[in-house]
Amino acid sequence: MGRARTIARRSFLIGSAAILGGVAFGAYFVTRPTPNPLLEGLADGEAALTPFVKITPDGITLIVPRADVGQGIASTQAMLIAEELDIDPATATLDPGQPHKAYFNGIIAGESMPFPAWDDGFVARTVRDLMMNVARLTGSQFTGGSSSTADLHESLRMAGATARETLKAAAARTGLARADLRSEDGHVILPDGTRIAYTELAADAAKIEPVTDVTLRPASEWTRLGKPYQRLDIVAKSTGTQDYGIDVALPGMLYATVRANPGRGGGMASYSPDAALAMQGVRSVVEVNEGLAVIADNTWFAFQAAQALEVDWLPPDYPASSAEMWQALAEARTEEFQNSRLRDDGDVEAALNGATVIEADYRSPALAHAALEPLSATVLVEADRVQIWTATQIPAVVRDAAVEMTGLDPSQVTLHALSAGGSFGRRLDHDYVVQAIQIAATMPGTPIKTTWSREEDMTHDFPRPMHMALGRGRVGNGRVLAYDLDSISASLISSWFGRIFVVPPGADTMLVWGAFDQPYAIPNYRVTGYAAPPMMPVGSWRSPGACSNSFFHESFLSELIHAAGADPLEERLRLIADADSRRVLEAVAEMSNWAGADIGPGRGRGIAFAHTHGVPVAEVIDVTLTERGIRIDDVWIAADCGTVFDPVNAEAQLTGAAVYGLGHAMNCELTYENHAVQQTNFDAFEGMRLYQTPRFHTRLLGRAERVRGLGEPATAPAAPALADAIFAATGQRLREMPFNKFVDFA
Amino acid sequence: MDLTINGSSRTVDLPDDMPLLWALRDGLNMTSVKYGCGIAQCGACTVHIDGEAVRSCQVALGDVWGEITTIEGLGTPDALHAIQAAWIEHQVAQCGYCQSGQIMQAADLLARNAEPTDDDIDDAMSGNLCRCGTYPRIRAAVHAAASAMREA
Repeated sequence: MGRARTIARRSFLIGSAAILGGVAFGAYFVTRPTPNPLLEGLADGEAALTPFVKITPDGITLIVPRADVGQGIASTQAMLIAEELDIDPATATLDPGQPHKAYFNGIIAGESMPFPAWDDGFVARTVRDLMMNVARLTGSQFTGGSSSTADLHESLRMAGATARETLKAAAARTGLARADLRSEDGHVILPDGTRIAYTELAADAAKIEPVTDVTLRPASEWTRLGKPYQRLDIVAKSTGTQDYGIDVALPGMLYATVRANPGRGGGMASYSPDAALAMQGVRSVVEVNEGLAVIADNTWFAFQAAQALEVDWLPPDYPASSAEMWQALAEARTEEFQNSRLRDDGDVEAALNGATVIEADYRSPALAHAALEPLSATVLVEADRVQIWTATQIPAVVRDAAVEMTGLDPSQVTLHALSAGGSFGRRLDHDYVVQAIQIAATMPGTPIKTTWSREEDMTHDFPRPMHMALGRGRVGNGRVLAYDLDSISASLISSWFGRIFVVPPGADTMLVWGAFDQPYAIPNYRVTGYAAPPMMPVGSWRSPGACSNSFFHESFLSELIHAAGADPLEERLRLIADADSRRVLEAVAEMSNWAGADIGPGRGRGIAFAHTHGVPVAEVIDVTLTERGIRIDDVWIAADCGTVFDPVNAEAQLTGAAVYGLGHAMNCELTYENHAVQQTNFDAFEGMRLYQTPRFHTRLLGRAERVRGLGEPATAPAAPALADAIFAATGQRLREMPFNKFVDFA
Repeated sequence: MDLTINGSSRTVDLPDDMPLLWALRDGLNMTSVKYGCGIAQCGACTVHIDGEAVRSCQVALGDVWGEITTIEGLGTPDALHAIQAAWIEHQVAQCGYCQSGQIMQAADLLARNAEPTDDDIDDAMSGNLCRCGTYPRIRAAVHAAASAMREA
């Protein structure tokens, strides 16, 4: 009995609404069934509720409200609707829609609760359901946490099915029975073979009650989902014709860029715009959040002039250098700063008391998201309207910011949501859009595109927080007997939520994601989170929390297993009862022909496991020592996200996430001097390049009960698996990232 | 300034020292040419000048020495180049932002080397960053395109 299905039966209602010349269908979550929530629950100004399917005489539009930042979710959303609607999604227009609470993210709030994703007990389920209702009430619409497919896979199919059956009902009005009609390729087929296009039925469909007693087709009847299909954006992205936020061009548009305090959060004592204003093509210099902006005739002129601004910056009030920041973290491992102890099994203190204690400490540096498309937003402010063109993961927050800044009504704000050239969590903030609105507000009637330079993008990221950990443990009889991990960082939740919403009460679970929530049954097992005082503002970086904690947690577990003399795979299996997790470990062992970490002289094999975003992932990595350094040869990844709707893209997400995890572990960090980031471009922040890319071997098991997303889960175990392989090859334990501080890579 | 781009004559009124990248993007609205780093570290801005792959962020407008080809000059959605067809077949792109540059770099490689080895591909393509990590599919697509172009 699928848990998601139970929720769906209880809480879905479907509505339709007449729109100009056609019909719109939406799926809407409610806790109490009411007859048509779309129409009756609306306040003034909300009449234009944006649904998932719009059909007009001119064509079919599918609303795909989750942002595509490269993970392919626009296509997946369209395919989910199209499977039930019986259309070729390539013939439909995809539209992200306007921000609306109908598109709230119902999964993500529940996943932030202090229960591991694999915990399906009564309390965990109840709290997740409660949080889903909180999310519904607050209308939080955002794309993140690998949640889109998990959250929408039923509601989008339901919207497609409702639209299909209502169109059939419209076609059946002449006295035919709806049950006698079929649907195929955008048409209703009458018993005599007559084909009526959906577009011809739209106006009639809008006049009737939508058909809500629909059931979703079983997977065995799917014609598109689960089968290899072509991403709907693949031709555009292979021919240079995809429009990204940074590519917007409007008549009369001007161009701007920002120069902000390199010490993020510090103020401005004074400045002189004179030198910049004297430069070619410069229109004006304006004050914006965190610094100044230059408006010019093109982006290059703006970049040049921004460098010519003379500014006396004020320092922010947190430690100025990386050394001081690490020191602040180390000093926060005290009772005063203890934030959580979400895992406390057995009696760790008693188990370690008097025993031979194995200790190790770990560090994970700050990292930029460094999406290849620098942050950009284009804004046109007019007397009664604001239009924003940008790529964002938080459209409602962007809309609300525009409302607050301009005093206009939400209905007067239009967000043109565009594709992002990557994000990795960066577009869960909207600082760049706020600045672009401030800039455009100085020239009403003129559209202005604001583009950050790469240097600005790196300097003013909300980076992954610096994170450190101390592990203490005990082994005996070939087994891991006690495991104690202290995980220390500034609070990501406080920093990020504080910027975009409000800081939620309770523990910062993200600070210990990837550690407290792992499915190991170690008899004495404790994970404690310490939230250090705030430092530079930080943000969600692909697999937040877990991207650091998994490195700490799995690396230390490997150290203990090695000390115990056990096999790293066998001991993990012995410690894990969760069936989904065991299966991915067994699968990766089979795929890689696992026979221990020793694969011959000059080589090494590592393994790591992580359960993040509800997905168990196991990775095995082989490395070879070469004259030029360590070469990563092969990576095996086994994961289970439940039903796979989009297999080609799913494979891409597994390998892409692993490349992201490996590349940064190899050679990336942000360090600070005088509060300023020292790595401001890709010469100092490379990530993985093609010549370093190993062979990948992936398998998705499709056995897990709950559907989950794959944008992030393969990221976290990549770094510890690589460290483990390097240990097997060299005998050297790497306890700090990036690894190229200690070893060379070929 | 007169330029020949994808076989057509274009005129821009911009300073000689402005990078070709920005003349193409902001001056001529040819936004397939991407800004990623501005210092020749990412390859997103790669175009051809007289058939040779160059980083357009590093070429001053006044120094352009020949005919410019952007990805639109290679092929279009209705008339794909073999490399683009291979990129589609292998579903290389994720965010896709780097892919115009990747494809233009691959076109330069395949014009010089009809049957590149993995090492040849590594040498030619490692200046092009892909933050999404599409490298395994880039490698496969270059091989597939090479094969298709040899048979054509």
